[in-house]
Amino acid sequence: MAAIITLSLLGILVLYLGLFKAKSALLPVTLIGLLVALGCELALWGGDAKPIYSGMVVFDNFALAFSILCIVTTGLILLLSKAYFSSISNNVAEYYCLILFSLTGALMVSAYHNFAMLFIGIEVMSVALYILVGIRKTDFGSNEAALKYFLMGAFSTGFLLFGITLLYGATGTFDITGVREYLIANPQQISPYFYGGVLLLLVGLCFKVGAAPFHFWTPDVYEGAPILITSYMSTVVKVASFAAFLRLFSYVFVPLHDFWTPVLLVVIIITLFIGNITAMMQASFKRMLAYSSISHAGYMLFAIVALGATSTSSIFTYAIAYSLSSVAAFAGLILVKRAKGSDQFVAFNGLGKTNPFLAFVITVAMLSLAGIPLTAGFIGKFMMFNTVMQDYHIVLLLLAVVNAAIGVFYYLRVVVHMYFKTAEEEGGAILLPLSFKVVLGATVMLTLLIGLYPDCIIGLL
Amino acid sequence: MDNLIQNIQGIPLNHYVIFCSIIFSIGVIGVLIRRNVIIIMMSIELMLNSVNLLLAAFSAYRGDASGQVFVFFIMALAAAEVAVGLAIVIMVYRNTKSVDIESLSKLRW
Repeated sequence: MAAIITLSLLGILVLYLGLFKAKSALLPVTLIGLLVALGCELALWGGDAKPIYSGMVVFDNFALAFSILCIVTTGLILLLSKAYFSSISNNVAEYYCLILFSLTGALMVSAYHNFAMLFIGIEVMSVALYILVGIRKTDFGSNEAALKYFLMGAFSTGFLLFGITLLYGATGTFDITGVREYLIANPQQISPYFYGGVLLLLVGLCFKVGAAPFHFWTPDVYEGAPILITSYMSTVVKVASFAAFLRLFSYVFVPLHDFWTPVLLVVIIITLFIGNITAMMQASFKRMLAYSSISHAGYMLFAIVALGATSTSSIFTYAIAYSLSSVAAFAGLILVKRAKGSDQFVAFNGLGKTNPFLAFVITVAMLSLAGIPLTAGFIGKFMMFNTVMQDYHIVLLLLAVVNAAIGVFYYLRVVVHMYFKTAEEEGGAILLPLSFKVVLGATVMLTLLIGLYPDCIIGLL
Repeated sequence: MDNLIQNIQGIPLNHYVIFCSIIFSIGVIGVLIRRNVIIIMMSIELMLNSVNLLLAAFSAYRGDASGQVFVFFIMALAAAEVAVGLAIVIMVYRNTKSVDIESLSKLRW
């Protein structure tokens, strides 16, 4: 809880710093605040996890692990922001403040123990993001993305709330342990409201994580938003929503496993195919990453279908691998876009010659997203497929493997552009600021480290 | 207050559920078929308010106040959401001079 309070206060502090024109202090103060929040989370690690504040939140290792991942990813993304925000807007403090508020929401979502907290967390997380997506006020694409994101977000909130209400009607409580106890106590006569509630909650959460058939807003919003915000949305928001998803289904709805598994299986298969096949046809790197994030949502849903002892740990590993490589890929995209003014694949031509380090980092990120061995992405995919195999969902596994193969194809396309095609106009090397070097280096090191020694992560949860 | 709860309980619970589901569906259909952004936002409010009504009904039937407290949360957050949403609509209107959702199709679906 200390972390949530720290971050909310930090957001207000940053806003005041902006008011008093202390622009150079914004980034250091934000990063120090994030470190304090990280310290607060680490201090709670391994303690006794009891629901606190009348059962509103619970900080068990599961919540802490996902919160820490969110805070670290936000820190990495903010490091990339140094010259980025000031180049597109004069009001830099608002960016930091809104990102911090959104992060606060993400922490609430990963630690909720009551449906009220789930709802508030999701709203706090999204409302800040609606503004961030549309923050380039005169840019048409940004406007459109903000409007679409807002309409879809509010629409899905409606489904989520109707689902929560029906669960309340059936059980008489918003507490997730209470709901679970209701399911265990009456296995035979579960109220029909409850089934409707589960389905509506599933729809609402699928909207939030961008799983098909509720994915259609994702590519537009990711393309229209500023790149840094896109990277925030596709990592932190997605990870937090998955934490919520997993807690709900692996803890509360487990006794109803037979009811929702077929629905979720259909969602996963559609998500994987739509995400991968459309990603293959994109000419823009940013849009390709948007579709690939849809397909990654599909892979992460695997762990929820095949619930087992290792599913928490495998979804966590996958989330780490995915966040690290996404941050690296988006950092590369920011640099290339700044230098060449385009986010198409063609803009990456000849990068292997002019910027060997940047090209290497993007290659590692792509290999990790594709799930090639020796990278963290492989460990994540391996653990996912392993849990599915233990449950004998062989058909699902085959489809997933086919999709992984399609994934390799389009991820490697950018690598081909970087190393085997020459740029039409000979531009000089792209200059890497120090903060970019730190972030790129750190993400690659961690990706390879987890790829080589996966035990350091797997043992945690 | 007791009188009020008795009045609410005078109508069978199923009627509330059906009524709220109908309002909710009207909201969903409105979001899906209308093209004016303001009307889409009104439809979303309709969805949220049907949820509020249903929560109040469940709460009165169960004699449990937490449902009504939840209604306040929904109202507060819906207000915040609409404030941001209207700001976005104004921003879009300044650039396109239109609140029709069809005017926004620069990004490919």
